[in-house]
Amino acid sequence: MSKYHVNKKGYYGPFGGAYIPEMLYPNVEELQQKYMDIMQEESFLQEFQELLKDYVGRPSPLYLAKRLSARYGANIFLKREDLNHTGAHKINNTIGQILLAERLGKKRIIAETGAGQHGVATATVCALKGLECVVYMGEIDIQRQAPNVARMKMMGATVVAAQSGSKTLKDATNEALRDWINNPIDTHYIIGSVVGPHPYPDLVARFQSIISEETKKQLTEKTGNSSPDYVLACVGGGSNAAGMFYHFLEDEEVQLIAVEAAGHGVKSGESAATTALGKEGVLHGSRSILMQTEDGQVVEPYSISAGLDYPGIGPQHAWLYKSGRGKYVSITDDEAMQAGLLLTKLEGIIPAIESSHALAYLEKMTFHGNENVVICLSGRGDKDLDNYMKYFGF
Amino acid sequence: MHTQDIFKSDESNGLLSIYYTAGYPNLDSTIAIAKKLESAGADFLEIGFPYSDPIADGPVIQHSSEVALRNGMTLQRLFQQLQDLRSHVSIPVFLMGYFNTVLQYGVENFCKSCQAVGVNGAIIPDLPIYEYEELYQDTFKKYGINNIFLVTPQTSEERIRKIDNLSHSFIYLLSSNATTGKNLEVGVQAEQYFRRLKNMDLKNPLVIGFGISDRETFRKATTYAKGAIIGSAFVRLLSDDDYMNKIESFIKGIKTQ
Repeated sequence: MSKYHVNKKGYYGPFGGAYIPEMLYPNVEELQQKYMDIMQEESFLQEFQELLKDYVGRPSPLYLAKRLSARYGANIFLKREDLNHTGAHKINNTIGQILLAERLGKKRIIAETGAGQHGVATATVCALKGLECVVYMGEIDIQRQAPNVARMKMMGATVVAAQSGSKTLKDATNEALRDWINNPIDTHYIIGSVVGPHPYPDLVARFQSIISEETKKQLTEKTGNSSPDYVLACVGGGSNAAGMFYHFLEDEEVQLIAVEAAGHGVKSGESAATTALGKEGVLHGSRSILMQTEDGQVVEPYSISAGLDYPGIGPQHAWLYKSGRGKYVSITDDEAMQAGLLLTKLEGIIPAIESSHALAYLEKMTFHGNENVVICLSGRGDKDLDNYMKYFGF
Repeated sequence: MHTQDIFKSDESNGLLSIYYTAGYPNLDSTIAIAKKLESAGADFLEIGFPYSDPIADGPVIQHSSEVALRNGMTLQRLFQQLQDLRSHVSIPVFLMGYFNTVLQYGVENFCKSCQAVGVNGAIIPDLPIYEYEELYQDTFKKYGINNIFLVTPQTSEERIRKIDNLSHSFIYLLSSNATTGKNLEVGVQAEQYFRRLKNMDLKNPLVIGFGISDRETFRKATTYAKGAIIGSAFVRLLSDDDYMNKIESFIKGIKTQ
């Protein structure tokens, strides 16, 4: 494996590992020992590919956005993860993990969710497989995201309010981990991003790597070259970016740009720009970069986009940032909202506000001639209509 | 008796340890509670330093951590409070908390401060064996700070042997695979597990924690182990306005045969 992938001990450079209490060790060890073998089984691959094709609707298109391209003076391709079943890239991972859980003999699935996208994607695959599903969601998020709570319930999931701490995503993750501690034998925890103890960051990145795998093929068909000049994706925990970057990591000619949420501005005190504001720390089982106080207490992040307000980033992202392989930048709420509206007007595509952060960075780039740019359009904006309406006064 | 010797001596059995969160319910009660616990008959103490995301803890200790943080408790402040620890308290004292707090304070700094104030060891549930061995063992040893490891019903024999080799004080035996604050039910399975551990003839004594809340559970636990730890049940007592006057009867109620 290359220097950008996980090593045998579960580390990316100094980041990663499995900083978990002993109570979680048997669960995590079982996953560590089995995930690679299971993922390479013929029957697994066949079922995974079949579901991605017939259920999720893959491959997702790579769309040359002509009017957007004309505006910025580059060939801008959108990787349309927004067209997946359930409306975002999250389903790639939950399909993979539910097949893994089945093969591990697990009967009960737990998950955490912030805005509810990963919760919906998890409830979806549990309905598909007839497995019990419990989703932890911060009490505050439950109030803010009623339609997604309803979706999960319709699919038979139990939604449990996380009432500890700040009652948002990080606390929902804590509650899911506590559930796993208390149910070590029959339960599989489907983490929604490239965070958590090893092997989760690698596991989730592998399931999401279908994004860049398809992109390379599609780009070759369209341009005759599998390598674009730039690849952009937004980063909360970082799962769509991890999948979008995966097959480009070794290709050092390709510039990888990860866009974090600056909220009201990096220095405003209301931000989720982890690499700008964080330092090395341990949260939810892995060592990474983390927004925290001097005393090591985790700081609650802010972004208008509920999918980006996580106080850390996955350990692989911390390593790509530290090693310089990736460029980590941030975009404010206002910049993202304008970019979302611009795409809607120019291309007739309403992006999720998360994805709008990646789009907004185009404004800050300077292009030279015929450069190829791929942007991961990680999700659709239906879930964000309320926010768009309030912001623009439609 | 020297602080460490209670774990080695054959005479001292039925050891009672009490856990409480520093900074709860009041910021400056850390030493006063410790003194009271010692005079009431506790055999050693675990003082928790609060963390915003305590994943191994149930609601009672989570709540105490939140309040402590709101009160302004930090690791730095705790060490200031513990400066005169050894002029007030002679029983062994361990600090318990999560790794990120220690990492930000600096692992070496942490060990140095523990040594300076006379803390005997640390229990850091999310610092795993591999990371401890590779990155931090030498530092802990340099300052004579004992790192205490947890063992659960699911921990393999091979891993328990490894933990025994890395330990120099006691092994923290979890009564069940659970977060803190559940009740201990010593069923057939738990009994088998405690017996299995007892029969492994480990060099470190076993202390059972998680789920011990009263005289009955304490008595059961200490038939299999050298001692037992009470956490959530004691932290619950601290939420009583008159907690200082209730500590003694709480401890006596547990230790009286």
